[in-house]
Amino acid sequence: MSENTENQNKTDIIVVGAGPAGVSAAITAARGGKKVVLVERGSFAGAKNMYGGVIYSHAAKEIFPNFLEEAPIERFVKNHSFVLLSDDNSSTTINYQNPSNQKDSFVAIRAKWDKWCVEQAEKEGVYFAPNTLVKELIVDNGKVVGIKTDIEEYYADIVIIADGVNSLLAKQLKLRNDLKPKNVVLGVKEVIKLSPDIIEKRLGLLPNQGSAIEILGGPFAGMFALGFIYTNKDSLVVGFGASLEDLKNKKIKPYDLLEEIKKHPFVANLIENGELLEYSAHLIPEGGYDSIPTLYTNGAMVIGDAAMLVNNVHFEGTNFAMISGKLAAETALDAFENNDFSSNQLCLYKKKLLNSFILKDLKTYKDVVKILTQRSSSFMGYYPQKINEFFNIFTTADGQPKKTKFRNFAKNFFKKRSLSELFYDAIAGIKLIFGILK
Amino acid sequence: MDKKIPEKIEDKLFKLKYITDNQCHLNPDSLKCLQCQEKTCTIICPANVYSYNETEKKLTVSYEKCLECGACRIACKHIDWVYPKSGKGVIFKRS
Repeated sequence: MSENTENQNKTDIIVVGAGPAGVSAAITAARGGKKVVLVERGSFAGAKNMYGGVIYSHAAKEIFPNFLEEAPIERFVKNHSFVLLSDDNSSTTINYQNPSNQKDSFVAIRAKWDKWCVEQAEKEGVYFAPNTLVKELIVDNGKVVGIKTDIEEYYADIVIIADGVNSLLAKQLKLRNDLKPKNVVLGVKEVIKLSPDIIEKRLGLLPNQGSAIEILGGPFAGMFALGFIYTNKDSLVVGFGASLEDLKNKKIKPYDLLEEIKKHPFVANLIENGELLEYSAHLIPEGGYDSIPTLYTNGAMVIGDAAMLVNNVHFEGTNFAMISGKLAAETALDAFENNDFSSNQLCLYKKKLLNSFILKDLKTYKDVVKILTQRSSSFMGYYPQKINEFFNIFTTADGQPKKTKFRNFAKNFFKKRSLSELFYDAIAGIKLIFGILK
Repeated sequence: MDKKIPEKIEDKLFKLKYITDNQCHLNPDSLKCLQCQEKTCTIICPANVYSYNETEKKLTVSYEKCLECGACRIACKHIDWVYPKSGKGVIFKRS
């Protein structure tokens, strides 16, 4: 390549992937005065994206201070519910609401939200290139120097890798090992159209208020899996995330499992008379702290899902993505200041992550996923079932004396669960609590 | 269940918009498929892209239905997996 064409095809920073991580990195770098190209393989930002849920205001505000007034928000989450399903069609719901933090999190549709975010980035000088698949990174003398797309080569001092959970680019650089089925959760969901007033009536909401419902047990019993229902303006999102390892070993087809959940009366009543608008699937990187790849190399940093930054216990991912993008871009700005794009300089990105809630939280939850997976038949199957049985007795008046019923319940509780199993569950419970608090 | 919410996976996928690539982006190693007992790809794919014909001993890959999630590439090490070309493949509008 001649010097001339290289100059034409050269910018300061290239960000690969226009999800929440990529756009946050791009806009932060542009605000720092750098020339930024944001590439996206989809025909618009959000076209390839799907998630289980909510976006957190604290992170959104940090990147887009004007989002509350201008962004396409479906509903703010007012109710956080946890539902324990049972095999006999019953269910127990725990519902939390706090009137003072009604705007902490919200539901958004990614095709609208991601698109809006990129529009803001463009306003602040980011050059957006949709319909652009990066086939590989160009590495010269051990430093990432650019990208190779379907049609051309493009160069930059720094490439920020935000190509999502499958990150073929981090793989190319050998920054990450091949993912294992136990490190990912397969998310599958349906968006079901219902009128706003029906949604509000069924979920006890006022206009613009929303619910985030997490579902345990029932068809998920014995798996590392969790169902969810979220509220858009005029549709409900029903889906689940299940360990790919469990689906594989138990030979369960994802769409069959989704049908099972939709048949449970708790879900069926909510979506009754609805109309399917969209069905989608995506992987979620849930390997936690131990699965985080090498986060930087000469000329490149990895952010968001590509860096496996997800806290599955608290359903946090979009906020990790946005803040990791911001921290990487800030590191890039420092690198330009010092005119040093080597890993010696870019290691600052990891330091910033370690000092932020992102790696602090992932460290805290390091063993939680391991323990929950090992004991999933207890915590995500047996106990939800028993809680429903308890409430069945508690709420049923049928002329039978309560003492006999509760005695039988207690007897069965220990009969169906050997002492050693209960012991391991107790140990796991203690480990979970101390693991988080230590 | 109401008919407006179809139960069959093919009917669910019918609701999606795709810009189909003229080239298959999912290429399993067919020799490995012959030896494979589990056929995990036919189970875990959320779009039912893979189906195995026992009599013909042949794996069919309906790549045009792919949701580009990557579940198959992680569950099976013998699939040469890339994304569809620029701008091609599935388009999510409400996810």
